[in-house]
Amino acid sequence: MASLVINDTPDGHRMLALSGRLDATSVSSIWDRAHRALTDAPDRPVTVDAADVEYCDGAGIALLVDLASHPRRAPVEVVRMRAAVATLYNQFDLANLEHDLDPPAPRLPVVEEVGSATYGLGRDLRNMVTFVGSLTSALVYAIVHPRSVRWKDVFRICERVGADGLPIVALISFLLGLILAFQSAVPMKRFGAEIFVADLLGLSVLRELGPLMTAILLAGRSGAAFAAEIGTMTVNQEVDALTTMGLDPVRFLVTPRIIAALLMTPLLTLFANLVALLGGALTMQTFSIPLVTFFHELDSAVDLTDFLAGWVKSFVFAFLIAAVGCLRGLQTSAGASAVGDSATRAVVSGIILLVIVDGIFAVAYFVLDI
Amino acid sequence: MPTGDPVITVQDLAVGYDDRAILEHVSFDVREGEVFVILGGSGSGKSTLLKHMIGLYPPISGHVLIQGRDITEADGDERRDILRGVGVMYQSGALFGSMTLAENVRLPLEEYTMLPRAAIDLIARMKLELVGLDQFSGHLPSEISGGMQKRAAIARAMALDPPILFLDEPSAGLDPITSAELDALIRRLQQTLGVTFVIVTHELASIYAIADRVIMLDKRTRGIAAEGDPRKLRDDSDNPWVRQFFRREATAETA
Repeated sequence: MASLVINDTPDGHRMLALSGRLDATSVSSIWDRAHRALTDAPDRPVTVDAADVEYCDGAGIALLVDLASHPRRAPVEVVRMRAAVATLYNQFDLANLEHDLDPPAPRLPVVEEVGSATYGLGRDLRNMVTFVGSLTSALVYAIVHPRSVRWKDVFRICERVGADGLPIVALISFLLGLILAFQSAVPMKRFGAEIFVADLLGLSVLRELGPLMTAILLAGRSGAAFAAEIGTMTVNQEVDALTTMGLDPVRFLVTPRIIAALLMTPLLTLFANLVALLGGALTMQTFSIPLVTFFHELDSAVDLTDFLAGWVKSFVFAFLIAAVGCLRGLQTSAGASAVGDSATRAVVSGIILLVIVDGIFAVAYFVLDI
Repeated sequence: MPTGDPVITVQDLAVGYDDRAILEHVSFDVREGEVFVILGGSGSGKSTLLKHMIGLYPPISGHVLIQGRDITEADGDERRDILRGVGVMYQSGALFGSMTLAENVRLPLEEYTMLPRAAIDLIARMKLELVGLDQFSGHLPSEISGGMQKRAAIARAMALDPPILFLDEPSAGLDPITSAELDALIRRLQQTLGVTFVIVTHELASIYAIADRVIMLDKRTRGIAAEGDPRKLRDDSDNPWVRQFFRREATAETA
């Protein structure tokens, strides 16, 4: 236990006699009282007598240092410390302990903040243009020299993007078809028009929802995985190692991923279309529309152009998802949170780009009357 | 001590990040066949200097000539050509995590040579044997210890038999015995293959064991505080801070 006895001497001094064990548990009981003894009489010189302190840990030394450096008019002196306590006490320079432990972060003037943000945006844009340039050159090289492509990596990534992604794409597409058919069949039944659900489903799934939903799922799944994988390689200096081996990281890491995404996304889109239509057809059975009638109506409502209009988009979406994922991975900075940031940025910018490009497709198809 | 011609020449180099200089007016030569050590305290810019020497980052100013060719000015194929003459072992090893040790060592051979598969396999096996890891060729980097990863990284860096090897903190995080084994390996490679080593480290035991010549970086002056034989610097340097560093003495200023 720590104890504190306060005595005022006739010559105007105040004596603070500390005794016992000054450790993290016991010091708290006397800290406030010791402090008050100093602030109550700011003009009275204080002597802290530590002769009876048996043991002192970091908290005890902190109390002594705090008392000795107390800002007041009259001086404070710590005396009669035992050798062991004095050794601990003397390792601190009181002047060094005055700096602010949590200095406020420097704030830039608004103009400088705007300038710095603009510069960052410009640098991002330049990096993106450089990346698109090297990517194009790497893809052209891969087409001209197919043997230079690391096909083993391509097939490994194909398996992860395609085969491993199949269950989630199937589940979401099936539910999408099921819900869409059900939600439209209920109001349409009132007009006896539930057969036209097949037309609605066919057009919306083949032209829009199939490719877009597959792409969004892949952006969340594979785009993030690409960014995290390449990001971890960047943090572990593996990308530096490639560069110093004279191997182009874009050709080595990005090309196989782009090729795998270009091969797998259209296939997954085909599958998603089929499963969504199947989900819709099954729902319509509960509305007394047999499968054969549903598919007959579907056949009369959509043609090859509708299918191709949607399917072509899946190639562009595949390129976007893979390229953005890889770019974010290569842009990963240092630190443990950087990989997470890259994965997040890959998903967010990937989905934004998908929606923008889908909008451009919609306008282009309208203008071209497709 | 080897007294060959300079294979690396650093001329008035200023390096740093975002135009904030960490080192300025740095000039030195690395001679053929020597073990050249860059040392200095934490934050003195050792690894930064190394990264600029191998052209990972552009310097603020100055030049680095590797075998007479300026890597700071080189681009594309020329840069790749210069880098074929060097091997780099990074602090973390930087082995490709999805590849086995054999695949890691085979990679540069597959990318740069037209050798038949059997020859590539044999060379990879020889390089792994050289660093004592032939029994672990089928292991992934995550399945072996830190010291083994560093040895495997040396094997990969040597795959194409570059005349110059850069090693970034080879003994960091290793126990003294493993560290001594790595030092012995470096000495053996230098003596048997005549490889020039540029090593970044602050492990004094390693420096005395392997270094022919050192430069010592000082973050206070942002430059080279001393250059020469480490034992001579320890005993005779004019700079008291350098002597203290080599004798592992702490002062109020350096502690």
